[in-house]
Amino acid sequence: MEIKVLGTGCANCKNTVQLIESVANALGVSVQLEKVESLPEIMRYGVMSTPGVVIDGKVVHAGSVPTRAQVESWLRPES
Amino acid sequence: MTASSNTTAPNPAPPTHLGWFVGIPTAAVVWWFAYSHLTDWADWVVATLGLRRETHLGEAVHFFAYDAPKVLLLLLGIVFVMGVVQTFFAPERTRALLSGKRLGIGNFLAALLGIVTPFCSCSAVPLFIGFLSAGVPLGVTFSFLISAPMINEVALALLFGLFGWKVAALYLVTGLSIAIAAGLVIGKLKMERYLQDWVRDIHMGDAALPTGTTLTWNDRFAAGLRHVREIVGKVWPYVLIGIAVGAGIHGYVPEELMAKLLGKDAPWWALPAAVAMGVPMYTNAAGIIPVVEALITKGAALGTTLAFMMSVIALSLPEMLILRNVLKLPLIATFAGVVAMGILFVGYLFNVLLN
Repeated sequence: MEIKVLGTGCANCKNTVQLIESVANALGVSVQLEKVESLPEIMRYGVMSTPGVVIDGKVVHAGSVPTRAQVESWLRPES
Repeated sequence: MTASSNTTAPNPAPPTHLGWFVGIPTAAVVWWFAYSHLTDWADWVVATLGLRRETHLGEAVHFFAYDAPKVLLLLLGIVFVMGVVQTFFAPERTRALLSGKRLGIGNFLAALLGIVTPFCSCSAVPLFIGFLSAGVPLGVTFSFLISAPMINEVALALLFGLFGWKVAALYLVTGLSIAIAAGLVIGKLKMERYLQDWVRDIHMGDAALPTGTTLTWNDRFAAGLRHVREIVGKVWPYVLIGIAVGAGIHGYVPEELMAKLLGKDAPWWALPAAVAMGVPMYTNAAGIIPVVEALITKGAALGTTLAFMMSVIALSLPEMLILRNVLKLPLIATFAGVVAMGILFVGYLFNVLLN
């Protein structure tokens, strides 16, 4: 699973990366986590309010640090 | 600038439907009871400490015991309501509402949306570009960017608590007017060429947020609660310090001094000087307004002090530096100039209307 966190580098963006990492570890899901800081790149996803989260090329969240439950629902393997 | 509604605190299980159904009315009743007994409470504190209102110390303690809970109660109420309202206005939605709007109506709408749309200060630049690339005119975008920090819910709660609804309403209306007028002027000046080149070249993807995610009222109330935790959790120490300083001024500083420096008989340049002093300061409304209240009870002019507050929150140097990434100097200078003129005008207006 390829996850990108979009954000220019404020505290909320860093918290989002940490949260996703810790949830992935807890669930034992292997993810490829990348942080995108370049503005043109961020704008290409159409995200205006950071932090944004992109999973496999699709924007799933923007504008706030996601809640733990949200992250879990993204990472949990479909069953 | 308002922070976006979010939190990293580990979330306890959110209340259920029934929880909110019982919890909100109960909280409202408790809130109302506390709010209507503030004077009794302050009198009781002064009496219990064995003080008398006629003394300097007694008066200062009474000021603090009355104002601190009053302001905190108002903050809790207003910030919660704003947190719920903001769940209806994601930036993507605001952009969709504004795109294709003409100058005039667009500016008015943008200034209104600036009050209720959540975003944190690090999103100012992406938001700016996102608006422009969706066809929102430059002037309309500026109306949004000015009203968002200028009309701030914490400032509104404080003004309402300390000065009453008239001053709060005047702040709201004049703040909106400045945002609308400044946006109109910038739009008329056709300053699009002063955007940084890379901004004009950028092509932005469609607003990509899955708009199908519908929030339940449970979600919205939970967002309101998170908003309270985040904002009130951050500003309450400043509010208390501000009120303590205010209480000291209220109890001890002689009136003649203040009236001479900031009062209605102060020289005409006191107002521009106050605005200029506000720009490099980067503090929040929460600490300044209680001090302002004490200054005013000592004879400082309301317009001068409010203009100072507006320049602190709407013309901050750090924000200009962020905007420098996307705007060339002439546009930044115009932005600062137009907003400063608006604030000066409002300051003189308050001084005339409320003296």
